[in-house]
Amino acid sequence: MLKVAVQTACCAPATLLYPFVKRQRPKGFRGMLKFYPEKCIGCKMCMRDCPSNAINIKKVGEKQFEAEINLGRCIYCAQCVDSCPKKALEATTNFELAQVDKKKLHITFVNPKNEVE
Amino acid sequence: MAQSNSFKIPIGPQHPALKEPESFSVALRGEKILGVDIRLGYNHRGIEKACEERTFLQDVYLIERVCGICSHSHSTCFVQAVEEIANLDVPKRGLYIRTLFAELERVHSHLLWLGVAGHEIGFDTLLMYTWKDREVVMDILAMLSGNRVNYGMNTIGGVRRDISPEQIQEVLKGMDILEEKTKYYIEVASQEATIINRLSGVGVVSKEDAIRLGAVGPTARASGVDRDMRRDDPYAAYPDVQFDVILDDHNDVYGRTVVRLKELMESYKIIRQLLKKIPDGPIAIKAPRKIPAGEAFSRYEAPRGEDVHYVKSNGTEKPERVKVRAPTLANVQVVKHMLKDRYLADMPIVIAAIDPCFSCTDRSIALHRHDSRKRDVVIWETVRLAGIEWYKKNGIDFTALNKRFMARLQK
Amino acid sequence: MAALLNMLVFPGFLFLSVFGMYCSFLERKLYARLQSRIGPPWFQPYADFVKLVAKENIMPEDANPVMFSLMPVFALTAVTTAVLYIPIWGTQALFSFTGDIIVVLYLLTLPTVAFFIGGWYSTSLYARIGAVRTLGQLFAYEVPLFMSVLAPAILAESWSLSGISLYYSQHPWYCLFNAIGFVISLVAMLAKLEKAPFDIPEAETEIGGGCFTEYSGRLLAFFKLALMIEMVVGGALLSSVFLPFGLASGPVVGFILFLVKSVIVVGLFAVAHALLARLRIDQILDFCWKLMIPAALVQVVVNLIIKMVIR
Repeated sequence: MLKVAVQTACCAPATLLYPFVKRQRPKGFRGMLKFYPEKCIGCKMCMRDCPSNAINIKKVGEKQFEAEINLGRCIYCAQCVDSCPKKALEATTNFELAQVDKKKLHITFVNPKNEVE
Repeated sequence: MAQSNSFKIPIGPQHPALKEPESFSVALRGEKILGVDIRLGYNHRGIEKACEERTFLQDVYLIERVCGICSHSHSTCFVQAVEEIANLDVPKRGLYIRTLFAELERVHSHLLWLGVAGHEIGFDTLLMYTWKDREVVMDILAMLSGNRVNYGMNTIGGVRRDISPEQIQEVLKGMDILEEKTKYYIEVASQEATIINRLSGVGVVSKEDAIRLGAVGPTARASGVDRDMRRDDPYAAYPDVQFDVILDDHNDVYGRTVVRLKELMESYKIIRQLLKKIPDGPIAIKAPRKIPAGEAFSRYEAPRGEDVHYVKSNGTEKPERVKVRAPTLANVQVVKHMLKDRYLADMPIVIAAIDPCFSCTDRSIALHRHDSRKRDVVIWETVRLAGIEWYKKNGIDFTALNKRFMARLQK
Repeated sequence: MAALLNMLVFPGFLFLSVFGMYCSFLERKLYARLQSRIGPPWFQPYADFVKLVAKENIMPEDANPVMFSLMPVFALTAVTTAVLYIPIWGTQALFSFTGDIIVVLYLLTLPTVAFFIGGWYSTSLYARIGAVRTLGQLFAYEVPLFMSVLAPAILAESWSLSGISLYYSQHPWYCLFNAIGFVISLVAMLAKLEKAPFDIPEAETEIGGGCFTEYSGRLLAFFKLALMIEMVVGGALLSSVFLPFGLASGPVVGFILFLVKSVIVVGLFAVAHALLARLRIDQILDFCWKLMIPAALVQVVVNLIIKMVIR
């Protein structure tokens, strides 16, 4: 035990000085969602399958949809990603989502065609 | 204070010794424990009721969050019950991936327990070392599933993600590192005098008492009770792998440490076998949204013991009843017996030795009497007896049902 | 005037506080490095002290306010006074008289009694259990500590710390005869300072703070400072009795060597903390009475025989 302890003392510590040093998240990490409005067909399968009612698909025009995601409710399970038949949802690796203001946790992915109007 | 000989000290609900809130009211005389009163229920969240309001697919994620450490256990147990009701044949590759995650979870849970046990006896260095090694497993799990806990791998009919050959190589490399470290911990546990002194002779439960009180998992196996759901009631890919069930006859906390350490070595063996034999093919079968009516009972060997789920469906999208019996509920009865006539200083390590996960355990029972407007909170045994009586009156005899299970258990 | 300066600044309160907190930092840093962590920065104990002093003082309702508030000051005073009799920069301490080794040992016992009284008069359950454990541990380590520290005194034929240092500076090789005593007194000092593996009076995972459970704010700061100073003073006592090398080579060199020796003793404490689990109180009593006291007796007998041989 003493030998291992001394060896450990001589090597670099295992602690990372987060947030100055950050580790890379693995590729499949389930972080914040990303929505592609141009691919969405409005079937609302993601809304049906979401365990916590975190995503809301809104119709903003003829075959144009927007998604409102409540980051506070989302459990980052990515079931909506699997349920979507058109692959309009994707899980990014962004997990630093903390906010002080709860209203900032509601993210809307606007449809660019809607903005132009 | 000077005159009275005994006094009651509350350990919990908030206490540095407990990782999760439970109330142990300990009657002490000096340093000797006279008796313990256990009250559960501080982590009750109404999960069983919440399951009835959500579809089966949503419930997979809800049940997974019953506990953070044994999340995959609960999720797999639930999904197995649903698949049995719906008569789904999960493809082999899906079963293998499920089992891989089950064993990886066992590794991470046992390493966590080692650290916690070290911390409870004042040996913080063991905590730091084991948790540093646990990071190897956590990184593997994050790479395979996308999250360090609550992996979300299960779906009804199989698993959601596949593993690539590069990932398999990473897992094997991780297993080599961990096997070295576990061998070192086995050496430390068998040679370090202060550890042996603190852990031996503490929390003694004889084999007969373990069977009588219903201990499960490593708590029971350290007293020589030969019970392991992976061998007795095989599920997932366990029929295809070779492993030993670790038994020990120390009957005390030291025995439980030895059982868990050796189970770690067995888990590495199982993981290597799985990765060598994993077949190609689909990982899931499409499951219907409406599960046909029926009920099923599913058992699983979680890192803490036998986890039991009961699911009843009535043909709709949402289950009618989901019941979860976590292993800690069975083991917490043994704590009272273990702490009689021991010292206060043994209290944290004895509670830690059953590897308590009170988040899994808490399902409170409120009895609403028909004749009065009062509500009681009753203890488990009263409810069980009342339940058996009620069913007998309505023509259902449990002993017939029990015989099937009893026969399997007493093999 | 000079005496006041000595009491307050050097080697009194100010020097001891600063050096004591620095030793506490060294111990925590080494402990962390042994566990592959980074550890606190150098100003951590000072920052902790300042923060605690600035916080509110909460007293339990049933506690005896006089005793509760007096004990930290009492403990602090006792350890600060003890240093006046320990030779730090030469073979002569600031004040010395025959029998001052007993006085120093007595002054070092007072903080333990202060912890006990403070914990008892806190009237909280956890504090009382901690206080009783502190006293129980006192029964365990006092006898070996006294015997092993007095054994070199027997060889040196002097009951004054300064006299002992003088004797051993003149005959440096006789220190080797006290090797057993050194080991025993190191272990007993670990128990006195309530450091692992003997830290059951303050076992955080069982009783959440022991005697100090109800203390907060300024009083807790003083208790912790008393513990840190006790570490330095205990180390100084051990190094002056067992390792009096270089004390005769002038004040500056002697002082630097004193600092070095204290740091080495603190390092040994940190290694013991990292490598050993906590022992139960009955195991501590067993260990001390069945193992350490016979060894201390052996040391005393050996010293007596050597004294006769020298004559």
